[in-house]
Amino acid sequence: MAEHAPAAGRLLDPHILLYLDGVTVSFDGFKALDSLSLVLEEGELRTVIGPNGAGKTTMMDVITGKTRPDAGVVLFKGGVDLLRLDETGIARLGIGRKFQRPAVFDRLTVQENLELATQGGWSVRRLIAGRLDAQSAERIEHTLETIGLAELRHEEAGRLAHGQRQWLEIGMLLVQQPRLVLLDEPVAGMSDAETAKTAELILRLKGRHTILVVEHDMHFVRTLGAKVTVLHEGKVLAEGPVEAIQSDPAVVEVYLGRS
Amino acid sequence: MTASPRGPSRPALLLFAVGVAILLVPICNRLVPEDSAFHLEDRFVPLFGKYLAYAVLAVSLDLVWGRAGILSLGHGAFFALGGYAMGMYLMRQIGPRGVYAHPILPDFMVFLNWQELPWYWYGFDRFWFAMFMVVVVPGTLAFLFGWLAFRSRVSGVYLSIITQALTFALMLAFFRNEMGFGGNNGLTDFKDILGFPIASPDTRLALYLATGALLLLALAVAIQLRRAPLGRLLVAIRDGEARARFLGHDTLRAKLFVWTLSAVLAGLAGALYVPQVGIINPSEFSPAASIEIAIWVAVGGRDTVLGPVLGALLVNGMKTWLTGTLPELWLFVLGGLFVLVTLAFPGGLAGIAGTFAHRIGRTPRPGTAGLAPSPAEVARG
Ligand SMILES: Nc1ncnc2c1ncn2[C@@H]1O[C@H](COP(=O)(O)OP(=O)(O)OP(=O)(O)O)[C@@H](O)[C@H]1O
Ligand SMILES: [Mg+2]
Repeated sequence: MAEHAPAAGRLLDPHILLYLDGVTVSFDGFKALDSLSLVLEEGELRTVIGPNGAGKTTMMDVITGKTRPDAGVVLFKGGVDLLRLDETGIARLGIGRKFQRPAVFDRLTVQENLELATQGGWSVRRLIAGRLDAQSAERIEHTLETIGLAELRHEEAGRLAHGQRQWLEIGMLLVQQPRLVLLDEPVAGMSDAETAKTAELILRLKGRHTILVVEHDMHFVRTLGAKVTVLHEGKVLAEGPVEAIQSDPAVVEVYLGRS
Repeated sequence: MTASPRGPSRPALLLFAVGVAILLVPICNRLVPEDSAFHLEDRFVPLFGKYLAYAVLAVSLDLVWGRAGILSLGHGAFFALGGYAMGMYLMRQIGPRGVYAHPILPDFMVFLNWQELPWYWYGFDRFWFAMFMVVVVPGTLAFLFGWLAFRSRVSGVYLSIITQALTFALMLAFFRNEMGFGGNNGLTDFKDILGFPIASPDTRLALYLATGALLLLALAVAIQLRRAPLGRLLVAIRDGEARARFLGHDTLRAKLFVWTLSAVLAGLAGALYVPQVGIINPSEFSPAASIEIAIWVAVGGRDTVLGPVLGALLVNGMKTWLTGTLPELWLFVLGGLFVLVTLAFPGGLAGIAGTFAHRIGRTPRPGTAGLAPSPAEVARG
């Protein structure tokens, strides 16, 4: 694996939370990621866009340890080499991920789902006899308000509307107090009203967490108004504020022109 | 916990109701006059005791299958091991009263020309030791088996198949005379337990009540487990183990705990079953016997407190009645019942009751209705 000299230098900067450089992932010779570089600052909200197959999900797979890159550097705050950790180790560092397909537990209530998310790492004994500490209970309460499901706390997750399930899943990430939140297409399949509420939710989280959002919906991306990274064929095609990106001819050609 | 919208007295009420139902047998047997239509003859007491032991077995299977999604088709093995441990104690209680009147060796060993007691029969003349083994043998086997299986992430239908293999292998082993467990005939001709004649009406009633107490204990454990965070985690493991792991949960430990607990309960049920039916033999290890347990649970309703109990009572009641009147029909009825329940009533009896209660508006939520997975999910375990 290529060790890039600038990596260490960049990481001396305490504002940087995530650092990707030269990350390459090949599937049978096809490069899903091709020497990808990306730097996220602490507290930043970043959107990543790109056409289907651009490598957005693969990038998240690399960050969370699901996929091992063939080459490149992936570092977390303080110079922690994520490529040396497994999925559990990376999750414990405080990197939480929402998958494209919602994965809440349908048979548990909203509140039970959130409780379960805070109980990771509990021993069996504690799972039998233990109670939630006041701090976690408060965090759950707070999260219920944030995701707007406080009234539905005793509803089974399986009975929620699509958008509510997505918010619940975001809530399950939040109660774990992640340092980095990865959201893969959070508004896919949502109604316009749900999409607007999701944008509000993410904007409310901005500053409290570092958030990386992958999304196709340009209207949503504009609403977030954050810095945008455009991926194309596994590479960064452009990066900058939404307005600049939208008028970038290269971006318009590969992506915006088509949708 | 704030999560339960129901009052705390519900489980207590339920246990109380089951306790009262259990007491119907001694009441009808002892208090109702003999000429009354409700009088229960002494000879039926051990039959009901047997049903209660099966009910405990069903509750134990439901803990792993209904709650955690681990479909064991080998729970009969844990039941039989508990039964054999009790049987060994009962054999040693016979002492010199056997046909061959040997002071120590059970009849079948004398018959095989054995000169001394195998080492693994030592200690079984003491009740406390036998009870210890009733818990430890099924528990240890389950722990080791579960550790190997869950650690290699064997699940679903593959796990079901290896549990069948486990019980089948044990059946073949226990059939062998050289194993020292009475081979084909198993252990039988028991005389007394803790000094009381085993076939006397009083002893039988006491054994019945002990089984009833065990059932209440098993139900209390099941209720407590569902209310605890562990109960939620098991549901999460059932519906998406990878996701539960991703939340930072050690799913291996949670599964291993409930699996071992379930095997211990099954072993205790077996230990109370043996003195009431008067025999334990290798047929209890047969793969078909274990499949029947799963049918009781499916019929009663998975992941419900009372469903497994109702299923065990109903199916075994039918079995007693049909094998007495039309024995050749029994297997068809059993198979048909299973198919009917899986296709038409996936929630089992408890599911039907839950839906009905919901319709007439007595409960705020349908509870268990439709809770059971589809047949396809059953196949996956
Ligand atoms: N496990 C895999 N094996 C082979 N090819 C894969 C694998 N995972 C992803 N790919 C391929 O890599 C490319 C990038 O996929 P990726 O899922 O990262 O795209 P994406 O940007 O998330 O697309 P979408 O917008 O459709 O979600 C695609 O061409 C995909 O087919
Ligand atoms: Mg994707």
